[in-house]
Amino acid sequence: MKHKLNPNNWIQLYSDYLFNYTISRVNDREIAKDLVQETFLAALGAMKNFKGEANERTWLTAILKRKVIDYYRKINSNKGKAEVRINSSEEESEGAWLENKVADPFDKTAEDQMENEELGLAIHNCLSKLNTKQAEVFKMKTILNIETDVICNELNITASNFWVMIHRARTALAECLEKHWY
Amino acid sequence: MKKGFLFISCEEAMHICDKAQYDEASWWEKIELNIRLSWCHFTKAYAKKNNQLSIFIKQHKIECLKQNERKQLQKTFEQQLKQQQ
Repeated sequence: MKHKLNPNNWIQLYSDYLFNYTISRVNDREIAKDLVQETFLAALGAMKNFKGEANERTWLTAILKRKVIDYYRKINSNKGKAEVRINSSEEESEGAWLENKVADPFDKTAEDQMENEELGLAIHNCLSKLNTKQAEVFKMKTILNIETDVICNELNITASNFWVMIHRARTALAECLEKHWY
Repeated sequence: MKKGFLFISCEEAMHICDKAQYDEASWWEKIELNIRLSWCHFTKAYAKKNNQLSIFIKQHKIECLKQNERKQLQKTFEQQLKQQQ
C-alpha cells in the first residue's frame, strides 16, 4: 500500500511526538523546537521525493533524525572534532534516502531508547485520539505541570470543567495504553 | 454517623483520586478516599490505573509543546505551505 502525505495535519498529529523524540536527544527545549520546525519545513520541500513506502510519521522522523545529526555535526565541527558519521551522501536529495530508516548514531542504549520511543509514540498516539480540548488540558496539567488556575484562565474554563476533562482524558488514556502498551 | 460523613460516592472518589495525582487533594479528601478504597473494588481498580498512568508518564519523561509554541509552529508552517501551493 502506498502512503500519502497530508501536510495540513502534520502539526496536530506529529508535532508533540517529534518534539518528544528530539528533546530526549538534545536536552534543550529551544533547540528541540527549532529542529522540529526545521523538520516540518524541510519535509514540505522534500514532498516530491516521497515515494510512499513509509508512513508519514516514519518519514518525518527520518528527516528529523538527519536534522539531529546535522545539529551535532555542527556542534562538533565548531569544537574542531567532527566525529559524527552518517551513512548518506550530501548529493542525495533530502527525502529520497529517508525512507531507508537510517540508524541514529546518537541512540543512547538501543533498547532503552527504543522502549522510550515506543512509549512516547504510544502516549502521543493515545493523546491524538482524545478530544482536542481534553488532550490540551491533560498535556498542560500532566506533562507541562502548569497550575490548575492558570490553565482555567488560559482556556477560559471553570475548575469543575477542568477536572471533568482531566478525568475523561485520564480514563481514555489508561484504556488506550492498556490496549497498546501495558 | 451522619449521612455523608466520611462517605463519598464513587464519582467523588474518582474526582479526589484525579486531584491526588497532582497533589491537589486535601488531607481530609485523602482520608475519605482511603476509606472508600478499603471496600470499593471499582474505586480501587480506577485508582490503580490512575496511579499507573502517572508513574508511566513521570518515569518516561514525556514532553510536549506548549500551546503557544504549537500555535507559533502552525503559523510558520502554514505560511510556508501557502508559499508552496
